[in-house]
Amino acid sequence: MTANASTARRPRRPTKRRVRQGWWFPYLIILPAIVFELLIHIIPMLTGIWMSFKQLTKFFIANWSAAPDAGLDNYRRVLDMSGSVGMGFRNSLLITCAFTIIVVGLSWALGMLAAVVLQRPFRGRAVVRTLFLVPYALPMYAGIIAWKFMFQKDNGAINHILQSLGILDEGAFWLIGNNAFFALVIVAIWRWWPFAFLMLMAGLQSIPEDVYEAAALDGARPLRQWWSITLPMLRPVNLVLLLNMFLWTFNDFNTPYVLYGTANPPAGDLISFHIYNASFLTWNFGAGSAMSTLLLLMLLALSGMYIVYLNRRSENA
Amino acid sequence: MALSLTRRGFISASGLTAALAAVSSTAACAGSRQSSGRGSGALTYWASNQGASVDDDKATLTPLLEEFTAETGIEVEMEVIGWNDLQTRIQTAVTSGDAPDVVNIGNTWAVSLQATGAFLEFDEAALEAVGGADKFVETALATCGAPGTTPTSLPLYGLAYGLYYNRQMFTDAGLEAPTTWEEMVDAAKRLTDPGKGVYGMAIAAGSYTENAHYAFINAAQEGEELFDSDGNPTFTGDGVVNGILRYLDLMQTDAVVNTSNAQYDNGADSVADFANGKAAMIINQNNADTTIVANGMTHDQFGVVPYPAPAGAPDDTASHVAGINIALFANTGNRDGALQLVKFLTEAEQQATLGEQFKTLPVLKGEEPTFTEDAQEAAIFMEVYENRAKPLPLVPAEDQFESSVGQAMNDMFASVATGTVLTADDVRQALQSAQDTVSAAIG
Amino acid sequence: MREGRGFKLLRVVVVLALAAFVALPLYVMISSSLKPLQDVQGDFSWWPTHLTVSPFLDMWKTVPLGRYFVNSIIVATIATIFSLIIAIFASYAVSRYRFRGRGAFTTAILSTQMFPGVLFLLPLFMIFSNINTAIGVQLVGTRGGLVLTYLTFSLPFSIWMLSGYFNGIPRELDDAAKVDGCGPLAALFRVVLPAARPGVVAVAIYAFMTSWGEVLFASVMTTDANRTLAVGLRLYSTQTAVYWNQIMAASLAVSVPVVIAFLLLQRSFVAGLTAGAVK
Repeated sequence: MTANASTARRPRRPTKRRVRQGWWFPYLIILPAIVFELLIHIIPMLTGIWMSFKQLTKFFIANWSAAPDAGLDNYRRVLDMSGSVGMGFRNSLLITCAFTIIVVGLSWALGMLAAVVLQRPFRGRAVVRTLFLVPYALPMYAGIIAWKFMFQKDNGAINHILQSLGILDEGAFWLIGNNAFFALVIVAIWRWWPFAFLMLMAGLQSIPEDVYEAAALDGARPLRQWWSITLPMLRPVNLVLLLNMFLWTFNDFNTPYVLYGTANPPAGDLISFHIYNASFLTWNFGAGSAMSTLLLLMLLALSGMYIVYLNRRSENA
Repeated sequence: MALSLTRRGFISASGLTAALAAVSSTAACAGSRQSSGRGSGALTYWASNQGASVDDDKATLTPLLEEFTAETGIEVEMEVIGWNDLQTRIQTAVTSGDAPDVVNIGNTWAVSLQATGAFLEFDEAALEAVGGADKFVETALATCGAPGTTPTSLPLYGLAYGLYYNRQMFTDAGLEAPTTWEEMVDAAKRLTDPGKGVYGMAIAAGSYTENAHYAFINAAQEGEELFDSDGNPTFTGDGVVNGILRYLDLMQTDAVVNTSNAQYDNGADSVADFANGKAAMIINQNNADTTIVANGMTHDQFGVVPYPAPAGAPDDTASHVAGINIALFANTGNRDGALQLVKFLTEAEQQATLGEQFKTLPVLKGEEPTFTEDAQEAAIFMEVYENRAKPLPLVPAEDQFESSVGQAMNDMFASVATGTVLTADDVRQALQSAQDTVSAAIG
Repeated sequence: MREGRGFKLLRVVVVLALAAFVALPLYVMISSSLKPLQDVQGDFSWWPTHLTVSPFLDMWKTVPLGRYFVNSIIVATIATIFSLIIAIFASYAVSRYRFRGRGAFTTAILSTQMFPGVLFLLPLFMIFSNINTAIGVQLVGTRGGLVLTYLTFSLPFSIWMLSGYFNGIPRELDDAAKVDGCGPLAALFRVVLPAARPGVVAVAIYAFMTSWGEVLFASVMTTDANRTLAVGLRLYSTQTAVYWNQIMAASLAVSVPVVIAFLLLQRSFVAGLTAGAVK
């Protein structure tokens, strides 16, 4: 399977348009990807990390070269749990963790449920499937704005529905106070469960029907079939799906930004939004970068552990 | 092949290092560089959105700027920027040096922006070029920089707070326009009828900037300052706590504000309530005239009085010195042209036009206000602006005061709205934590 | 069939519940976009007091939506095309060649998925400004800068998805083509790509949706001239009023092209998406 130089140099009639293949060929064709990644992702990220060691407050932001070295001061301040900055960072992390676990868990569960009940054809399946995919296809901000409109206290659809069902006496606040967290969770789930559904549905289609037939002959109940056949067969899809959903949800900026704008309630203070406000509202880009760098390290560590763990398991499998 | 590969790896690694070094070194000279695209000698001007929409503003400013071009031969490329984006845009401009020549700023940001060093100092010569400092109203000029420093911005539009009240509702209830805080609360209580969905007052309790303004004005009425002479925050004094609690109590104990106001994150919502008869009073800056009328209330249906202080309060401050300043980026490629533009926009004739269009107060001494036909209203706002307004703290951390104290008040209003009862101690605690944030940022 | 009555009941319940959850915001969006302004400022109602299409007409005047539409279409289209080309080449290399650094490359590419956007927002802005100073290419406040940014944003996922798809295409096909005298690029274009059409479509949709929906960088990198829809929609909350009916109308207008494209091509999208995961 290796394309080394010997197979590349086949004596063929050379045409002008043909690229002669040498060892450098794969490097040539990944070069554009590398250039763009360097320019937009890697170098800015390294610059961001460099910023986290500088005292980049408003006094120096116009002239970076004059910014004094902060050493680890920014990190100390962010990690100092007795100070207000550290407490804010910690609270935001905790909220984000809770948010991520709930959103990824429930989105996966709903996606799985929908994928299982839509696994076999029935009348109207195509219509239902199409409808379920709309929230994912919708541009993110459009869906969030609609939810924002529905979550209004006095004129919102949500309170109207809850009141007419007799669940609430008077309208509740959804965008301020403690409910803000639930508003965020609901919007994020609405957006992400269709993606889980899409992936899982595709995964289910790759499971041959006769496996189930055999299991049914052995007397396995549907739930048992799901547990012992469906789940193991979906493992490769799940691994990718959960990792990606985890990263997207953890770094979610759009939902709080569009939902709350400048009035961000403490209960909905997701980490990306927290860092954005900490950087741009107070001009303290050094501290903001330190928070981002810590966040990046955390995500790298978590994802790394996840991948290593998976590789081990698949080698053993 | 292996050898060449490692060499390649080495070369690419060193290439990366070189690229990084280039980035850092160019970042290093960001402050000293000319802004871009100035070959033509045209000026770029970022105007703040003052009117009902960006397009309205363009319609007002474009003819003026054409007139300027006709007079001086200097082309102006203008962009009107919405209020939400202006601060971020200025920030990125300061950071990168990729900036316009002339920019409007919220005058409360003046000292914070001055601290960045990215703006041109109006020294004697520059002031001379724009027509001298003494043409401006004293209070307006005071906002242009920290005390004892060379200012880095100049007044462009003036604004002040007033208490708007619904004449009909007051007449029907046999009430006079309030002159003290107590009278205001009393009138509000009498006009509140939750059953009908009518409240005595509407406030933008979810807007951190508005909240910060009232924190300042109410504290000033109690005779307290928010920063000491060294520029350190003093948010936890009794006067500050009481002033803020008094404002929170409009919703909490007086119950003259609908709890749903805790979600009002800009002035438009409370103005709409006022115009639709859902609220008898609002506290707004004088450019609310436009918005109220746009929402369907006619000018003779409302009256204005100064925002009142409690009876016997040590101080009758009724507003902060609100408004817009104009500033030049220090790296402008056309300093003289930019100064000419500032001079042009702050001349009597243009000020009259702009004041009329944007409903702002004149920042020039001895000029008549043009924002309203109503002489009484004009007189009240001018009196507040010139004699009963104090500038917000003139310290570099002013923007952090606004965001931290304002957010703290947002959160307190949210607590009140969702049923928590706040005491003076709770307020003090919230302010303590805001103070810690600001102290930490000062370093 | 083994589908018992219980399963059928479960299916009905699940489908109805999820359909209600999904459809509620969509319904509110559509009905509100047909309401006069007083309706959306007052108590919520399921039906407009009278149907009006004026929000759809007024929304172009309140905010220069037309210009933002053009900007979004241009930026998203160009970013998609470039992202696609670059991802095709990179995926071909990753899928068909065992070169030194291949593992490092794929790991690095995938790990950029983890970067919090706020970490490199300001640095990227700085770098764009510096490029402008150094070589005079204006990237801040131009569509070009947005295109560069967005095409890179969709690269990691696209390369991952496409190389998975390419791996699923038998190598014998390229080998056969090479025996016929094709170079590697010809093999890619004549053999591999036609076979990988669903994967390519999936990547194109993904890249387009990424650009079309991006908010954070658009809010800092755009000026009025190159503003995209994602940022433009915020301008309906003016100082005078929040035009909820127009916001909803604009949201619909903004969504329709993307949603239709996505739903038409969903099969390809699913096929392309899962090839990387399953194989």
